[in-house]
Amino acid sequence: MIASKLKEAILSLRPGRVTLKYPFAPHDPEEDFRGYPELDADKCIGCGGCAAVCPARLIMIQDIDQNTRRIMRLLERCIFCGRCADVCPEDAITMTKRFELSTDSGREDMVAECEVFMATCQRCGRCYEPPTPLDKIMEPGLRHDEIKRGGQDSPYKHISSE
Amino acid sequence: MFKELCQKSFPKSLWVYHCNVGACNGCDIEVIDVLTPYYDAERFGIKLVGSPRHADVLLVCGPVTRQVVPALKRLYDAVPAPKLVIAIGSCAVGGGIWFDSYNVVGGADTILPVDYYIPGCPPRPEAILHGVAVALGLAEKEIESVHLKQLPDRPESVPVEVESS
Repeated sequence: MIASKLKEAILSLRPGRVTLKYPFAPHDPEEDFRGYPELDADKCIGCGGCAAVCPARLIMIQDIDQNTRRIMRLLERCIFCGRCADVCPEDAITMTKRFELSTDSGREDMVAECEVFMATCQRCGRCYEPPTPLDKIMEPGLRHDEIKRGGQDSPYKHISSE
Repeated sequence: MFKELCQKSFPKSLWVYHCNVGACNGCDIEVIDVLTPYYDAERFGIKLVGSPRHADVLLVCGPVTRQVVPALKRLYDAVPAPKLVIAIGSCAVGGGIWFDSYNVVGGADTILPVDYYIPGCPPRPEAILHGVAVALGLAEKEIESVHLKQLPDRPESVPVEVESS
């Protein structure tokens, strides 16, 4: 029996150390890994295509004045599917390999804002927006009532405060 | 200050109770993966325990469903103070893609005071290890909120950082 235990010990010595040194040494993810979606504010044209396809509906589009459109991304909900990078016509969104996203100071750290300069239409004098209020409701990025829900704006707060 | 308090309150091992409050099991599998010898969170003293009364840390995975709210509150009360809550995965952090479902209350921080957030869907085992390292003071957080602005006269220029509104 002692011989078998010795054999086991010798066998388990053979592979050596298998544990990653990760938090003390960097460890890069694989080639096709999708991490933090980074928005290149130079390339963004404010079309809102990313907001239309985002499954978590985390991209909020606000027209804050005549020439400025704010694109606010609540990346705390992001599932890193990469659809926004797929549909972006200007390739402004790239899926980086960043995965070290943990934070100790609240989920506000995962908010990314970008203010895009919008040219004014020569004919109607506005920057592009859906023509009727009904069309505006159909655009996922422009429905803030739904996008802001969850978390502190949860409609079910009365349950959690019992 | 809070970090120092944590390091003083938890000088030795963190015992962890893992609870699934509606997750798809993706995050649970990654949590188990972190405990395997390859990633080996046990070298930091992390240990899964079977009862919340033995635990220092509550790991919350998944969006909080309406059905699980009373159970989650009882579970939080059962953990002896001082206690930490770590939210793992996009669902526990902000509700994930279920944030406005009829049966989901939201992220874990609608019910509990969450101390550490680890986003990802599911987070990589390395991301969970990084969260553990941030909690233990071995690493700094690397993420912060971004505010960028295009300027009209220099559309090709590097965006300027503006203060948050």
